[in-house]
Amino acid sequence: MVARRAWPILLILGVLLLCSVVISAGIGAVWIHPAEVARVVWKHLGGLVNVPATSDVIIWDLRLPRIALALLVGAALAVAGALMQSLFHNPMADPYVVGVSSGAAFGAVVSVACGLQAVSWGALNITSLLAFGCGLAATFLVYGLSRRAGRVPVGTLLLTGIAIGGLMQAVTSFLLLQQGHSEMREVMAWLMGSMANRGWSHVLTLLPYTVAGMGIALFLQRELNILALGDETAHHLGVNVERTRLLLLFTATLLAAAAVAMSGIIAFVGLIIPHLMRLLIGPNHRRLLPACLLAGGLLLVWADVLARTLIPSGELPIGIVTSVLGCPFFLYLLHRREGKTF
Amino acid sequence: MTAYGATMSLTPTLEAVNLACGYDAREVLHGIDLTLRAGEFLGVIGPNGSGKSTLIKALTGALPLLRGEVRLAGRRLPDYAPREQARIMAVVPQVSVPVFAFTVREMVEMGRHPHLGRFGTLGAADHAAVDEALALTDTAALSQRAIDQLSSGELQRVTIARALAQQPRVLLLDEPTAHLDIGHQLDIFELLTRLSREQGLAVLCVSHDLNLAAEYCARLVLFSVGTIAASGTAGEVVTEANLQTVYGTLVRVEANPYSGQPLVLHSRAPRLDEEEG
Repeated sequence: MVARRAWPILLILGVLLLCSVVISAGIGAVWIHPAEVARVVWKHLGGLVNVPATSDVIIWDLRLPRIALALLVGAALAVAGALMQSLFHNPMADPYVVGVSSGAAFGAVVSVACGLQAVSWGALNITSLLAFGCGLAATFLVYGLSRRAGRVPVGTLLLTGIAIGGLMQAVTSFLLLQQGHSEMREVMAWLMGSMANRGWSHVLTLLPYTVAGMGIALFLQRELNILALGDETAHHLGVNVERTRLLLLFTATLLAAAAVAMSGIIAFVGLIIPHLMRLLIGPNHRRLLPACLLAGGLLLVWADVLARTLIPSGELPIGIVTSVLGCPFFLYLLHRREGKTF
Repeated sequence: MTAYGATMSLTPTLEAVNLACGYDAREVLHGIDLTLRAGEFLGVIGPNGSGKSTLIKALTGALPLLRGEVRLAGRRLPDYAPREQARIMAVVPQVSVPVFAFTVREMVEMGRHPHLGRFGTLGAADHAAVDEALALTDTAALSQRAIDQLSSGELQRVTIARALAQQPRVLLLDEPTAHLDIGHQLDIFELLTRLSREQGLAVLCVSHDLNLAAEYCARLVLFSVGTIAASGTAGEVVTEANLQTVYGTLVRVEANPYSGQPLVLHSRAPRLDEEEG
């Protein structure tokens, strides 16, 4: 109904995101003026400017990598959420609906339980690798268990996801209880999501997944619209439902698992951002997907600012920030839309 | 069968041969033989649970067959790629509550999907097909409305518009007038008659409205618990004997004073003494 305002909204979101990156890089224990931030970025892009070495280190080595990572994680989770909601024809689906988060949590706890968390290659330590692998494996387990006579009914997929998720959470909790205090704290911090101590290598690890996932999603935007109407209608309109759904499910899972591997489990982004963007620019995925990408990034950039500044002596897990912000907002949306569709 | 192939119009556009299918182990349709030719308007009637909606699922390949086969334009259904099938056959399913608030135009544009290339956007021909579909179903004025703000009758007409935008040769409809007022019911049946006569569209329409079906459909098929109980012209199928056997209720059939077609009359549940009088 408001489709005609879509392009200005996308432009505004883009500008907001750019400004947010520059401003948020200035915020922290030491305030750095946006102009100085811009000069640091310009220098690293090959520009000939002189910047103080301390600003350079704080901006380029400490703050910008985690801002860039927050942006990518937010974008990946929001796009994954939009995909899942279309696949399940249900605006309540989130990127974790078929077991990515419970699988990833299981993997992370196993790595700590085996004392392997210190092993790493660049951005990839054993914890994130196992989280990524188990997240993907959980999704395929759920998909395989839901398959009957070559078909995967959406309802079965959803309920199998809940059942397997419950089982994995039980095993995860059991393993967690066997750990010492410090290991438990370490895992808990990861389970709540964190951008602490992340560098450019994390950003570069996540970037290809986000780009590829977004590419596939945009490539299939017409199918996403049609699948949102229901599987049978999609079949009648010439969509190869089973194959397209498997590809999109894999794409959404890859986006979510890669994001979770880099930052831990961050709740609500994949649920709220697609909702909000549908209210703003309608459900057509050609506009919805870019909007989710920008708005997901925007939300996590600011959630991370709160996470690293709210407590003077340390850091809040970013998942706690998104949950505390997200829950009331989500309830507000629900009540506002009572009796209507999304 | 002697004239098979002699004239194009006699070649069945859609054909079911000994078709049987069902859900899990429960067989719902038991060996259905059915043909639908270009330009024909076929009505499918029958009580609840007699397998009418299952027939549509089977004819479109949405439900796997247990026995028999479906041929579309002479080729077996499984030999079609999904997009190729959707360019020939369109379906108007029973209306369901929309989950996402697409605009009416976006919804009808989805009917062009099987005609578009991978990176294709809607061209002039596509927009013309969408405009025509909107005009035919009297929904052009709604085109910028969100589909969650429509009445169920409007949504039904929009769903028909989406199917027409596919520019199919075969159109299957599952109770397309269930939520429509009498004016729009007649409009839809007039439209289907016109499309079948003027454009040679093969129409198969499942309907609960015996009188509308008898009035408009040149040929009727009466379903009863998964088999065909009767088929032929309205006069042959809509008889008191047939309806009482299949529906298990007493009805009277008279001739419609305007058209001479059968007209089904029912009263409150008849008592035996009234029946005698």
